Amino acid sequence: MTGPMIEIAGLRKAYGRTPVLRGVDLVAPRGSIHALLGRNGAGKTTTVQIMTTLVQADAGTVRVCGADVARQPRRVRELVALTGQYASVDEFQTGRENLVMMANLAHLPRREIPARVDALLERLDLVAAADRRVATYSGGMRRRLDLATSLLGRPALLVLDEPSTGLDPASRTQLWELVKDLADEGTTILLTTQYLEEADQLADTVTVLHDGVVAACGSPTKLKGLVSGAHVRAVFADQRDRDRARDLAPDVALEVGETDEDEASLTVRAADPLGTIRALLGMADSHGLSLEGVNVVRPTLDDVFLALTSPGVTRAATTSTGVTTTTKEYVR
Amino acid sequence: MSFMTTAPTTVLAPAPATAPRSPVTSAVRDVTATVVRELRRTLRSVDGLVTAFAIPVAIMLVFVVIFGGAIDPTGNYIGYVVPGTLVLCLGFGSAMTAVSVAQDMTSGTIDRFKTLPIFGPAVLWGHVVASVIRNLASACVVLAVAVGLGFRTSVGVGSAVTIVGYVVLLVLAFTWFSAAAGLALSVDAAGSINMVFLFLPYLSSGFVDVSTMPRWLHGFADHQPFTPIIETLRGLFVGHVPSSTALTALAWLVGILVLSVWAGSRAYRRRTAR
Repeated sequence: MTGPMIEIAGLRKAYGRTPVLRGVDLVAPRGSIHALLGRNGAGKTTTVQIMTTLVQADAGTVRVCGADVARQPRRVRELVALTGQYASVDEFQTGRENLVMMANLAHLPRREIPARVDALLERLDLVAAADRRVATYSGGMRRRLDLATSLLGRPALLVLDEPSTGLDPASRTQLWELVKDLADEGTTILLTTQYLEEADQLADTVTVLHDGVVAACGSPTKLKGLVSGAHVRAVFADQRDRDRARDLAPDVALEVGETDEDEASLTVRAADPLGTIRALLGMADSHGLSLEGVNVVRPTLDDVFLALTSPGVTRAATTSTGVTTTTKEYVR
Repeated sequence: MSFMTTAPTTVLAPAPATAPRSPVTSAVRDVTATVVRELRRTLRSVDGLVTAFAIPVAIMLVFVVIFGGAIDPTGNYIGYVVPGTLVLCLGFGSAMTAVSVAQDMTSGTIDRFKTLPIFGPAVLWGHVVASVIRNLASACVVLAVAVGLGFRTSVGVGSAVTIVGYVVLLVLAFTWFSAAAGLALSVDAAGSINMVFLFLPYLSSGFVDVSTMPRWLHGFADHQPFTPIIETLRGLFVGHVPSSTALTALAWLVGILVLSVWAGSRAYRRRTAR
């Protein structure tokens, strides 16, 4: 089968009179990691719940692997596994018992269950703790066990709802490695996150949800390109030199952004960072300015996110290619 | 992170693992898995063990050893009170279902189960079947203690089978009632459902003769469900049940069961498919 793994069109959902999703469109190809990025309440979890047949949409269509979630929920449940925000494993059972139970409920052939459970325990680094009750597990271990239960049925699409919430940095890195490995081995992954770093690290494509609509969509690099490019930060020995540089900059076609009063620094827009640095150095040499250092600052997804979702920002218009243009001025 | 590299990559490769099977076979397998889960929940928590076994035994001891002498100094009270105590214990034990159902509904467990291609109400049925098993075990313990205290019955095999059947019906009705309550209430509120089963039996003929109660209570005590339910069990133990009492008890139990199954299944569908 070909075609995209996820196709969402015109998705709407309201709880009572509160609209949560106001027409969401999303297409994710197979074998990719797709991130759904948004603040709390943006509609990420609701989208995920509709995709996994837990919640019914008010309008719009959602197809997973070609199967319609409203018309073929059973088929969708066979294809999709969900790991929720809170590890939903039983504390009163051991790790192994949780897995065997879920394997039975996932209708794995009985004879294959012991081997499959062993393989997953090993893969997720849970062998030593396999026969201990989950009540004794750390947060990272619970999350890994939860992930193991999701993988039992060899899902074509793995949905991770805020997978690294509440994990310490080491556990989070371990989880990220695992998610990348899963994608490399052919599982399509959709993850929701409010951490831009997570989306940047993992995702091939990112959809920014804001107020129940798609604010932007594209690769992390593409999204970063939406906020006008890199800039160069120059640090001077004292504020007097910095102020002189600010006054001289227009003469060498440098566009000064912001100045930092405490640090005697200024930032310069830099469509061509190397050329900008050269111009800065030349200016400092010819006017005897004590330039102490320069560094190139590239926009992060944080900047994109803030630009797209800050209150009062003109909503970005999604073009037909799925890439968004925004009118927000890039500052800092 | 050595575990990343040691395991074979085939572990994670996606492939549909479900083999086609009959709906009945897979429903039985689903319910079995959830029953095992529920039994572990009971057997592995101090709370569960105390509620299922220690409290019923304590109730039996309180009535026979402490109150028994005051209520009937001749020592015959045990024959009168054991069926009432047993029904009280079974109700109390069934009410545990309300809490575990409410917990499953709020903890994300139900969402996890619902994303699997399982028989829809398997989780609910798992709770009910586990409750029947748990309560039969607790009834055996309570009866053994009663026999140790001097309770005697001369029922034959046929009556014994009838008693077991009656107890199962009773537990089914009480458990479905509790499950329906667990679906409608918060975890905390569900925890107080056992009060219904703990106090209503006192206002019946289960522990003292209704004629010894204040006059204004007679109407309620004579017509509330626990009076015929307990008297039927008492009759079964002595080998004679007035048919009108038995029919009234059965009508109550079947009525509670049918209404609770209907209300519970409806609430379950609504809670799981918003």
